[in-house]
Amino acid sequence: MNNADCTSPVDCNVVGESITHDSAHLHVTGEARYTDDIPELRGTVHAALGLSSQAHARIVTRDLAAVRAAPGVVAVFTAADVPGVNDCAPVIHDDPILAEGSVQYVGQPIFMVVATTVDQARRAVRLAKTEYQPLPALLDYDAAIAAESFILPGVTLARGACADALADAPLRLSGRIGIGGQEQFYLEGQIAYAVPREDGTMLVYSSTQHPTEGQTKIAAALGVSANAVVVECRRMGGGFGGKESQATLPACAAAVAALHLARPVKLRYDRDDDFLITGKRHDFRADYSVGYDAEGHLLGVDLTLASRCGFSVDLSRAVNDRAVLHADNAYFLPAVRVSSLRLKTHMQSATAFRGFGGPQGMLAIEAVIDDVARALALDPLEVRRRNFYGTGERAVTHYGQTVEDFILPDLVDELADFSDYASRRLQIREWNRSSAWTKRGIALTPLKFGIAFTASFMNQGSALINVYTDGSVSVNHGGTEMGQGLYTKVAQVVAEVFKIDVSHIRVAATNTGKVPNTSPTAASSGTDINAHAAQIAALTLRERLAGVAAQSFGVDSAAVQLVAGELRAAGRSMSFAEAARLAHMNRVPLSATGFYRTPKIGYDPETLIGRPFHYFSYGAAVSEVAVDVLTGESRLLRVDALHDVGHSINPAIDRGQVEGGFVQGLGWLTTEELVWDRSGRLRTHAPSTYKIPVASDVPEHFDVRLYERGRNIEDTVHRSKAVGEPPLMLPISAFLAIKDAISAVADYRLAVSLDAPATAERILAAIDVQRAGTV
Amino acid sequence: MPSSAEPIPAARVQFLLDGAVVALDAVAPDRTVLQVLREDLGRVGTKEGCAEGDCGACTVVMVEATAQGELLQKSVNACIQFAATLDGKALVTVESLTACARSDSPGLALTDRKSALHPVQQAMVDCHGSQCGFCTPGFVMSLFALYRNCAAPSHAQINDALAGNLCRCTGYRPIIDAARAMYALGQDGPPATSHWLLPSAASAPSLRDAASQPVAEQLAALQRTEAVVFEGGGRRFFRPRTLDELAQLRFNHPDARLLAGGTDVGLWVTKQHRDLGDLIYLGAVEGLDEIVLSANGLRIGAAATLEAARPALNDVHPELGELYRRFASLPVRNAGTLVGNLANGSPIGDSMPALIALGAELTLRQGVSTRVVALESFYLGYMKNAMQRGEFIQSVWIPRPASGVRFSAYKISKRFDQDISAVSAGFAISLHEGIVSEARLAFGGMDAIARRAPAAEQALLGAPFDTRAIEAAVNALALDFKPIDDMRASARYRMAVAQNLLRKCLIETAQEVHLRLSEMDARLAQ
Repeated sequence: MNNADCTSPVDCNVVGESITHDSAHLHVTGEARYTDDIPELRGTVHAALGLSSQAHARIVTRDLAAVRAAPGVVAVFTAADVPGVNDCAPVIHDDPILAEGSVQYVGQPIFMVVATTVDQARRAVRLAKTEYQPLPALLDYDAAIAAESFILPGVTLARGACADALADAPLRLSGRIGIGGQEQFYLEGQIAYAVPREDGTMLVYSSTQHPTEGQTKIAAALGVSANAVVVECRRMGGGFGGKESQATLPACAAAVAALHLARPVKLRYDRDDDFLITGKRHDFRADYSVGYDAEGHLLGVDLTLASRCGFSVDLSRAVNDRAVLHADNAYFLPAVRVSSLRLKTHMQSATAFRGFGGPQGMLAIEAVIDDVARALALDPLEVRRRNFYGTGERAVTHYGQTVEDFILPDLVDELADFSDYASRRLQIREWNRSSAWTKRGIALTPLKFGIAFTASFMNQGSALINVYTDGSVSVNHGGTEMGQGLYTKVAQVVAEVFKIDVSHIRVAATNTGKVPNTSPTAASSGTDINAHAAQIAALTLRERLAGVAAQSFGVDSAAVQLVAGELRAAGRSMSFAEAARLAHMNRVPLSATGFYRTPKIGYDPETLIGRPFHYFSYGAAVSEVAVDVLTGESRLLRVDALHDVGHSINPAIDRGQVEGGFVQGLGWLTTEELVWDRSGRLRTHAPSTYKIPVASDVPEHFDVRLYERGRNIEDTVHRSKAVGEPPLMLPISAFLAIKDAISAVADYRLAVSLDAPATAERILAAIDVQRAGTV
Repeated sequence: MPSSAEPIPAARVQFLLDGAVVALDAVAPDRTVLQVLREDLGRVGTKEGCAEGDCGACTVVMVEATAQGELLQKSVNACIQFAATLDGKALVTVESLTACARSDSPGLALTDRKSALHPVQQAMVDCHGSQCGFCTPGFVMSLFALYRNCAAPSHAQINDALAGNLCRCTGYRPIIDAARAMYALGQDGPPATSHWLLPSAASAPSLRDAASQPVAEQLAALQRTEAVVFEGGGRRFFRPRTLDELAQLRFNHPDARLLAGGTDVGLWVTKQHRDLGDLIYLGAVEGLDEIVLSANGLRIGAAATLEAARPALNDVHPELGELYRRFASLPVRNAGTLVGNLANGSPIGDSMPALIALGAELTLRQGVSTRVVALESFYLGYMKNAMQRGEFIQSVWIPRPASGVRFSAYKISKRFDQDISAVSAGFAISLHEGIVSEARLAFGGMDAIARRAPAAEQALLGAPFDTRAIEAAVNALALDFKPIDDMRASARYRMAVAQNLLRKCLIETAQEVHLRLSEMDARLAQ
């Protein structure tokens, strides 16, 4: 029983191969079924939600008569119709499915229409007449801070005598950076399809990253026990965190309607409703004071991270904790104080989005480094290197966890080398001297990202494997597929245990009846916990099959080798299918579960001190941009990136995650701007007004590589590393390259202040400051 | 105009799908192609991502026969295309590609669904071009249109073909790889089959290849010579075939809405749930899609699509070519018309500033009479124009800039491709011996309509075209406009960038350079 956990490509047959996504052939033919594609059962009706038009108001009267009378309308439901608990919140009970009495943001669902067709439901919903009594709405940072409107208590994490360090430092600067939020913009909008079954039970097809939470909340809403509800999800058309907690509302609402009507009910948000109803990435405002020396060493950093959390708690605690825990990025901060303010505002409840607070914390400290380097006229990369984590006490983070495998110096050297960073930087500065109206900029930024749910109990995974007597294998696990290739990686890991071709393995739809009590597929942990659990289940089965073969061969089971689809010992062999058949004949069970819990983690969730993370993922990127001095437009010209995924289970999938994460982060930092008006109405609520990157935003030179020497020092599945979230932070390099280009306007003599996203408008404003400074 | 007999009611909208005629009974005029595909025909491979023609998840290919018997194959957004416009055309969806790839061995599909993919599909699989897969059918169809229409696309052409497709997962690189790889697969693919959708433009350069002939014949059989009206959901969809029929219908039914490409009108249905009433469709009117390029200028008929007009616009001036390359996306340009954009008259429409600067004119027709109106006089207020009851725009005339006229067009938006401008501008400045003799400076996004900037123009007149004059125009511009704040830009930015575009125009003229970021790659390569 050796080589179960092969850690190098030499030992592996399937793990480490760039096999295609298990649904690729279904994606390209349109045969992949998303929730809206499931053939509708007889009697299916369609729901639409009526939304609040006010940011904060008491509902005085609501006249739904015209809605009920509209063509095709079957029923109208309000909060009073929820038979159980009217709540769909992930952490505390503060997210009503349908608002009662008052509303807390523009877009909050207040009633539900069910009609024969989608179109009828959406037309009917507009006929409601609601009278509101406005209440004071808190929308911006200063108003919320002045009102002491906090959704959660603040947190301060400090090490060393920060105030003294600042006071004693030879040089000091301070600044502020506004960091915009981001809409997940999964291409498939939120959707749930609830199918009532016998005896008050319910099957809900839900596009969700968290089927178990859906099941739990649906059961509570219906007033039934969890075993009466099954949630299933074969795949999502993208999630990115936006379907972790936000998928629960439509699932609960559809189930409530289905229970009342005893008919299948589908609820699919249209794109505008999706923007208006659901939470987005938290926007942040970071204020910093930093003390440093002439070489650019950070001596003291005082950072305040405020975020607008919206009207409810949702996942804001963990998001803001993660921001605090990533305010070091790759740098040893000897004296540091990070304060976190979690503001309650009358807006969509900000939620999970790839990176989960990490990107905001990281951008803040990178802005600090950039300011220090510009103040000293040093290459920012040099300042970064000087502040890198080191060994001994310089390897300890501000939250007390030791960085044990800090590979960034090597990784950054390799990247700087193959991207030709140093000489290009000089060439660009030279070029800028003779180019008055177009300026170029370059930046290299590293990242270190902590892997594990900060809610430690979530770091567990489960799987169920069934082997059939023809040798085919069915796998269920607790993770969900949103395009990240989790099912493919799980299949590879299981195939590796059995030494059979991956085509014999089918990973089936995630289903709460098959694998219960799962964690959300989030925090980049999907493979770490679920593939590991599947591997453990497969090892159990392999043990049993080896025993069966050993008995047949008349050898000890330790002598049985699995090779190329066969079990071999003592010169004899049988196929995997034959072994399965023989096991069944010998009454040996061919079904097993596996359970994995992430080891070593543990920290104090109040102080944030301890070891929140199992390990760290690393990466770095160099971006080169050009900006138009007269219009503020910018263009990304070239990207080189190097990313550490440990020992890659599937390099093609991992590269896809890195590239996709980069471009998604690029959008966050450049073109994706969420605009709320003064009444709290989100004005960017569709792709016509909210601009995610398109193909032409990606430069032709987009050289993304995996760090070949990467191995996880922790005992992860095949020594791989999580890859979902970290690459999103690589394009901080593009943002800082834009700052570098702006800085060229005044020949690199002045500080640059720039908020994210770096829209043309913001860039032009920053350029005008530079030009005013030069006159 | 004497009223005459109404068009004869046609029983059903008919179009070709995978070789068979699909007939839609009593389809409502505002029912979309996407609704018909997903809800009526059960073809759920085509997805809805935004219902406004911006994400491309619903991309399908519409095929129509030209008068010369060639098959035009155009990617369009099914979500905003009304089903009645399919009459007489063929529709190709992602399922069609699978069906064609499996046409040689239909049994194979039952057992091995990974085999027998169309080269475009296979390339996407091979290059890892899908992750969540929801946008993928749309990408496949945009790539398919490219595969059929372009033999060896450049990187820029690939980007342009994909500008209407959003992918949130991949970062596009593998999809662009697939756009290159698909041609090689097409060549090495199973040669036995003769399905008309299999060969690429590289392997079958003529659109009149033998394999397409049966399709062309089937399409020919579906063509109608007479005006018809489709009725459904209590609304009518008039489909005139001649200009006179159109004029008469417009006269008789002045409250019916004119429909050309529907790339804006479609959103009134899908986003605003408006009742459109009766529709008069311009897309089947013979000759209304004329594009006539002459020594003096360009005439474009009301039914000519933006994409069809693009080469001629580029011929009038390369600045127009670039402006229209950035106009929305290829699927929108394939359906939308230039005249539709002008008739719609949005203050942020891309066309108006440039065409006002060039002195474009509209030919309006009412009954049997026509009149010509300068485009700059056409707009009376926010979404209000000079068209009278029963009148319609028959064509637009775009004069070539005279020699000595410096013309430039600018579009400022958050995203370079497929975005609505915060500010757009068209400048036509006539220079005689270094002195500005005429200045036509037109802006969009600065007021309730696109219009000229009289004070800024006045500041330039009679002066040498130099920094001093431009700074005077810059100052005057603040008197011309009081722009607004919205989600695309602040009033302050709009004014600042509009002023800077005047400066940019001077710099580009004086230094004989073209300061555009889109040309950076080429500049750096030098």
